[in-house]
Amino acid sequence: MATDQALLEIHNLSVQFPTRRGVVEAARAINLQVQPGEVLGLVGESGAGKSTIGNAIIDLLEHPGRVTEGSILFQGEELRGLDDDAMRKVRGDRIGMIFQDPQTSLNPLLRIGEQLIETIRKSLPVSDKEAHSRAVDLLEAVGIDQAEVRLKSYPHQFSGGMRQRVVIALALAGEPDLIIADEPTTALDVSIQAQILDLIRHLCKTRNLGVIIVTHDIGVIANIADRVAVMYRGEVVETGPVAQIVGAPQHDYTISLIAAVPPADRKLERFNSVDYIDGDNLDHSARRIDVGTHWLGEQSHSKSPDGAAVSVENLKLSFVLERALFKRNRKMLQAVDDVTFSIADGETFGLVGESGSGKSTVARLIVGLYKPQAGRIRVMGQEVELHKQDEQSLLARRALQMIFQDPYSSLNGRLKVLDIVAEPIRFFKMAGSEKQVRSIVKDLLDHVGLGAAAAMRYPHEFSGGQRQRISIARALASRPRILICDEPTSALDVSIQAQILNLLKDLQQELGLTMLFISHDLPVIRQMCDRVAVMRNGAICEIAQTELLFNAPSHEYTRHLLDLMPRMDLLDRHYQ
Amino acid sequence: MCLSILAFDWEGSSISTNPAGSVVKPRGFFSRLIDNDIAWSFFHSPAAMIAAFITLVCVMATMLAPWIAPFNPFDPSQISLWDGKLPPVWVEGGQPQYLLGTDNQGRDMLSTILYGGRLSILVGLAAVCLGMVLGVLLGVISGYFGGAVDAVIMRIADIQLTIPGILLAILINGIGRTLLPLELREDFAIYVVIFAIGLTDWPQFARVTRGATLVESQKEYVQAARVIGLPRWLIIMRHILPNVMRPVLVIATIGLALAIISEATLSFLGQGIPPTTPSLGTLIRVGNEYLFSGLWWITLFPAAALVILVFAVNLLGDWMRDALNPKLR
Repeated sequence: MATDQALLEIHNLSVQFPTRRGVVEAARAINLQVQPGEVLGLVGESGAGKSTIGNAIIDLLEHPGRVTEGSILFQGEELRGLDDDAMRKVRGDRIGMIFQDPQTSLNPLLRIGEQLIETIRKSLPVSDKEAHSRAVDLLEAVGIDQAEVRLKSYPHQFSGGMRQRVVIALALAGEPDLIIADEPTTALDVSIQAQILDLIRHLCKTRNLGVIIVTHDIGVIANIADRVAVMYRGEVVETGPVAQIVGAPQHDYTISLIAAVPPADRKLERFNSVDYIDGDNLDHSARRIDVGTHWLGEQSHSKSPDGAAVSVENLKLSFVLERALFKRNRKMLQAVDDVTFSIADGETFGLVGESGSGKSTVARLIVGLYKPQAGRIRVMGQEVELHKQDEQSLLARRALQMIFQDPYSSLNGRLKVLDIVAEPIRFFKMAGSEKQVRSIVKDLLDHVGLGAAAAMRYPHEFSGGQRQRISIARALASRPRILICDEPTSALDVSIQAQILNLLKDLQQELGLTMLFISHDLPVIRQMCDRVAVMRNGAICEIAQTELLFNAPSHEYTRHLLDLMPRMDLLDRHYQ
Repeated sequence: MCLSILAFDWEGSSISTNPAGSVVKPRGFFSRLIDNDIAWSFFHSPAAMIAAFITLVCVMATMLAPWIAPFNPFDPSQISLWDGKLPPVWVEGGQPQYLLGTDNQGRDMLSTILYGGRLSILVGLAAVCLGMVLGVLLGVISGYFGGAVDAVIMRIADIQLTIPGILLAILINGIGRTLLPLELREDFAIYVVIFAIGLTDWPQFARVTRGATLVESQKEYVQAARVIGLPRWLIIMRHILPNVMRPVLVIATIGLALAIISEATLSFLGQGIPPTTPSLGTLIRVGNEYLFSGLWWITLFPAAALVILVFAVNLLGDWMRDALNPKLR
């Protein structure tokens, strides 16, 4: 292979998707280059067309997408127009793929050894025995101990991070020169994410591979990439070395994108406003209302005697993993293990932890979606029970509302926005007439920055961020005192995240809400919360004031988590 | 049938083709009816359009039978035994006023088919509705509450599914008739048939509804409703039911074709609708007796009508399954 020639050269590439609403240009006039031994980061928000480019290179565009223009030169050879057989050879042998979800990219019915050896034999002219020893080498190369033994394991016997390592080993099996990794760490926890990124980078450098990493996460890019291409609406708006893109971005979009990333090392008053989102042409400057006189400001709840809005004592809950007739044979998972905390009136309390740490379960216990096996939950000094329809319980329910993680499934698609937001108002009979209900809903929608016209539309007509605003409006509709936010922005793009977090902050200050804010994202927690509890395996490790926790963590696990946080100020770490 | 489905289903993948939520004007009912993914798929599927057209023609023709049929086969003054057993017009001996010939009693075949088809379609629709209401209700309860209720309902459904449908329908039909006093049997025969077919049908609906309910009730909008504190029946009615109707409507369409066939089978076996108010099945049975004496038209035309109707409804159901469940494609 000639060394002066780029490994992959993309010239003027365009991809189109014909749909019933006209042709969508997923990628427009893209120019990219990847050198051997270089990690190219392709970053952009959802719908920017970054995955489309990865798929176009290996000719795996989803139907009905097609490349309409341009050329893809791989080691000097044109990939466009190759027939299926030739393309298949290129895919396994010369270009490897790593996909987002390690759960689905391995065949669950085959031992990983079989999958590896099969892949090796398909692309390399080696004997069975040789393939076997290569498989062992590969597993060792991706950092799996006792490779010889592990070859006989099935995918389900590996953890998520280990499985992603196996996927990487599979991608390397044909000894490719280029690896395309599409969101390789998005489905993984931070601690595993760091390991996988290190591994990919290490392999890239030692084997002189070209790597294209497709991701929405600036933190990932900052940690792994040599060069970055920023995509927006199907176009590459800026390309450059990572230090320049992250440190001194040139294009307006890149500037606002970087600005929207919550900084991990300090607390901001508000998030930087992102001005470059031109598609979102609803007026997001939420209209201020006079809380003193408005319906929203009316108080119907007395303060609890001890000043705690929510208090949780010795909460316990376990799930049955495997059923059995006899108790001793049952496999249980202690989802919440002796959790105690209390949230003061008007405080924002953060709950942080990796997936499976039980933080969402705690939220669901507090709102009553699960029943605790032991312990007490008090809201405004009262115990709450779901489905109880007496006056006391209803009043307590009203004080407590929740904002969910996934804006696409948290709204009933069959109801108009008006009916979704009005549901609590009508149910609790908080308005005198239907006319008043409508005007309250319109005020609420105005207040979350959607505009009153949104009331007559259906949820599917809105984007993710807008849906989350509807969700917030619904949660506010019962005039709650306490808002429980379960990862409210983790399904959203970073620029939208900044808007939503600002909105939540404003609402909290204006209405004096108490908030339980759950997230796996430490920088976000730092921006939002007054106090933070760190959870691991269902138990709380540490509760501290936010700044104290970030500056002087006392628990070992907290320190571990903080170390793993992607830091944009540590860019030179890989250039030593 | 098909229009009601379209009205129900306007939601689609417009999110993906509508990047970053560009503002859409609030749309009226009609524009949502026409401009949605389901309608789009409909107008791009010739098979679906042809099937819908045939179904529409069948339904319209049979429902308007009293106005468009040349004769009223139930009016004795219009029937003359002298005109019995006449062949269709294009066969020698046919008479121009009897387009498709006459049956053994001198009734015009075309008119009889139109009237008979009306009865078949109405009985089929009623039976499917009964099965659907019963099945959806039990299925949603089963899926939402789970536990013992779920186990009991679903085991009953399982047991019923082990018995061949037509056998069960004959059984229920027989028991239903025996329970009725003699003088009412004739009049109530139709209702007994509807009841029998409907009761045979419900496990299909219950199973599908239960599955969909299990999926939907895990979704966050249902949890949001629970957090508001809505009572369970309201959550089921307002939130779950509208969201599980897609697959139910698909089986309802295919079930309609099956119900029409079940009715025809029952009637053919002499267990269903009495010959005095003939349905398609009854006509086929009557004609069958004359098949070997060369009077082929008495059985062939009702049978052809039945095949065309069932085929069209089935095609429509197939298309609907594809359009509403893109994952199956």
